[in-house]
Amino acid sequence: MNILNPADAPILGAPAPAIAFIVLFLSVACFCFVMFRRMDVLRKAAPDPRFSNIPNRLLCALMYGFGQWRQPRYLGAGVLHILLFAGFMILSLRSLTLIGRGFTPTFHLPLLTGSAAFAYDSLKDYTVIVVLAVCVIAIARRAVFHPKRYDHPGTAGHEYEAYIILGLVSALMITDMIHDGSAYRASGVSGEYQWFPAAALASVFMPRNDPATLNFLHVGGYWAHILFFFGLLNYLPVSKHFHVITAIPNVFFSNLNKGTIKPVRYGTVDWMELDQCGVSDLTGFTWKHILDFYSCADCGRCSDNCPANTVGRALSPKMISVKARDYAYEHFPVFDKTSKDSEHEKRLVGDIITEQEIWACTTCGACEAECPIFIEYIDKIVDMRRYLIDRGEVPQSLQKPLQQIKKKGNAYGAMKSKRAAWTKDLEDFQVRTLAEDEHSDLLFFVDSCGSFDPRIQEITKSFARIMARNNLDFAILGQEESDSGNEVRRLGEEGLFEQVSGRNIEAFKARNFDEIVAFDPHAFNTIKNEYPEHFNVIHSSQLIHRLLSRRTMSLNAGYLGGRVVTYHDPCYLGRHNGIYEEPRRVLKSIPGIQYQEMTRSFSRSFCCSGGGLLLWYENEEEKERMGERRVKMAMEIGAQVIVTACPFCLINIEDAIKTTGNEGKIEVIDLVELIDRSMS
Amino acid sequence: MNIIVCMKWTPDTSEADLTVSTTAKDIKKDDLDYDMNDWDRFAIEEAAQIKEKIGGKVTVISLAPEESEDMLRECLARGADEAFQIWSDQMEDGDGFTTASVLSEFIKGRPHDLILTGTLAEDDGAGQLGGMLAAMLDIPSATLVSRIEVNDQKVSFVRELEGGLYESMEMDLPCLIAVATGLNEPRFVSIRAVRKVASIEIPNLGIDDIGIDAGKVGRSGSRVEIEQVSLPPEGEGAEIIKGKAEEAAARLAEILKEKGAIG
Repeated sequence: MNILNPADAPILGAPAPAIAFIVLFLSVACFCFVMFRRMDVLRKAAPDPRFSNIPNRLLCALMYGFGQWRQPRYLGAGVLHILLFAGFMILSLRSLTLIGRGFTPTFHLPLLTGSAAFAYDSLKDYTVIVVLAVCVIAIARRAVFHPKRYDHPGTAGHEYEAYIILGLVSALMITDMIHDGSAYRASGVSGEYQWFPAAALASVFMPRNDPATLNFLHVGGYWAHILFFFGLLNYLPVSKHFHVITAIPNVFFSNLNKGTIKPVRYGTVDWMELDQCGVSDLTGFTWKHILDFYSCADCGRCSDNCPANTVGRALSPKMISVKARDYAYEHFPVFDKTSKDSEHEKRLVGDIITEQEIWACTTCGACEAECPIFIEYIDKIVDMRRYLIDRGEVPQSLQKPLQQIKKKGNAYGAMKSKRAAWTKDLEDFQVRTLAEDEHSDLLFFVDSCGSFDPRIQEITKSFARIMARNNLDFAILGQEESDSGNEVRRLGEEGLFEQVSGRNIEAFKARNFDEIVAFDPHAFNTIKNEYPEHFNVIHSSQLIHRLLSRRTMSLNAGYLGGRVVTYHDPCYLGRHNGIYEEPRRVLKSIPGIQYQEMTRSFSRSFCCSGGGLLLWYENEEEKERMGERRVKMAMEIGAQVIVTACPFCLINIEDAIKTTGNEGKIEVIDLVELIDRSMS
Repeated sequence: MNIIVCMKWTPDTSEADLTVSTTAKDIKKDDLDYDMNDWDRFAIEEAAQIKEKIGGKVTVISLAPEESEDMLRECLARGADEAFQIWSDQMEDGDGFTTASVLSEFIKGRPHDLILTGTLAEDDGAGQLGGMLAAMLDIPSATLVSRIEVNDQKVSFVRELEGGLYESMEMDLPCLIAVATGLNEPRFVSIRAVRKVASIEIPNLGIDDIGIDAGKVGRSGSRVEIEQVSLPPEGEGAEIIKGKAEEAAARLAEILKEKGAIG
């Protein structure tokens, strides 16, 4: 029999093309209107220059957007998502074709004719089966296994939205199968099932020789498919599934400047003159940051990897996105609502996103490294902190160290004149303080921690010893050095950051040197990435690696004595600056080293609770210290020595070894100290 | 509501190596950094909070040399409306009495409902100023106040007593309250907050502006004479308590009981 084409079947007496036109017009108009309203919010938001470096951006969109590169970091869910995404890409052509077939029965897309059409239709049929299977598995995963990262603690859940979308996608597949299955059945062929498995499968459930029923299924399946399609399209921008539309642009516009914090407001020369500093409301965020909120798919990978979240602090990065998106949808609704009593309105920053959440972040960047679509959190947290700082609302435990930096250039409250006091303990050699206009090859930036913290001074001395024994020409700034400002900036005190970094820049410029070297990744990061003037900066691990590759230094295993060693990636060395390999190569050049990698390493390294001023921060919510968690991770793989390359990791982990009662079983040591003790 | 806050500019001795000066009547202060007396930080915060709640004007005064301008500027950033720096060279080496005399001369000439200051200062810890200033102004006063509520022409407040006791009281305005630390959570003052008040002028007043006799200020007006300042003799060193946490804690409690630190 010949099956009835949907375009030829009038509906309630009206010609099908007219109905198709009305459906298309209304759906697209509605979609455009909603999109306009959503995008209008971005227009009201703060500026953000994201149009630089287009080739890199395109590459990023190709690799992480279309290529879904980060998805398999969670293997099961990642593979399912890749299949679903590929299905969407393939089936989008099918959807366009079907829309056209409401107007003319023989509609096809350009080039999709003859054998190309056959090949595509066959591919499409397989895709339909795969997508349907993925939907069923996804529904089962959620309903049966309840992965914890999908939860929405503290707010009305959005979990049901996942079921709606999975249901709609399944319905699209099933109606497609009904539409094609009925035609397959009516055509009478049966030998093509290997090409059209979905149609063949659906036809099994349909009667033979019943033209009326088959025509009804064919036409009915078609219109149901069309309605589900436009229903889905219009559901996207009002739900968490907005990411289907915004994710790829979000990846395209992602932050290309690693290790930096955004300025207070882009395009403003003197931010101090602004009425308000920092972000207190939705439109205070930049348009890209609001696009981030829209794009979050609530997958929870960020919070699953957030150390603050893991130890029970109030912060869940995902919930910042979810709450801000809810706020955006409520306060910038599709249809204007009558004005609400704004007096009792909850404030976005302070009430909805609480101060506890805002201060709980260590800026470790685990969330950003994990997000498949590059949603940013650190800049937003810092922007909100800037607002709280501006209002004077700063946790008491952080006020004192901040004030000390302001008054004395270091958080320890120590006198400036004692900044180079550690050099007096060195017996074999002297450390030169670089005077103005003098030259040295290396300028050793000690920073406050290396100058004043008695434990960290040991690293300072070890590092000086390594440089001296390798006959390197190095010098320090002495009392002309100020705190690097990395944490000051991340706590939102931009004015103080400008003050301390300005002093350091002045001191740098007045002296001649080839490179700055620092063993604290925080200082290394901010001088390298954030200081407004360029200086060559290297990290101690890079310098040691260089010495080893020149074969001017050789190591022995005497200190390690056969113990199992693991390496803890510091956030500001690894995630923020991509330095993963040099420290490992240095370690592996110790003859006979027994090296074991922790499960969480490289970009998944687990923050030990933050550096700089965060050493003073007291958090009342946490049930466990991050460092304690990290010690357990090292113990799990049987490590006896944790090597790190950050003085604050060292302090945090050393404390944690004591508080977990593991003294004597495991030791933490800085890479610099280890090399100092392992030099032959 | 006119609130006047009296601030002291004190040397920060927390991280410094203290030495006694050659006269043996003071410590060497040349290398020390000076900062706001921590007790007074709570006083200015309380003043700012009262103003935010019920309105009024907050005036900050300090008897301190020019370098103290940073402190006064910080007070403006914390919410004060005006600040005065009072200093003449003759005021050097004064005591609580001379300071109170100068401040009372200044305050008498202007409207004042509530005078706030810290109960003690971090340097000499004499705790004299509040009481003497109130006496000179002939107004009631209270010390170690840990909560303040101003209503109409009265102020109700809570005093912290020994042994964890609290005492609730009420006074008529005008009055002087010397606060305890911890009665509020002082706000953070950012660089930008200070810059915002950079254009407010902080007048410098000398003895002529105050209208006080040079003989009543500084060393010549002082009633206290320091005989000698000395460093405490070196002790025998600390006892390290060894053993398991429980045992160590028990031993520590025992020692504290022996020494009468806990009951």
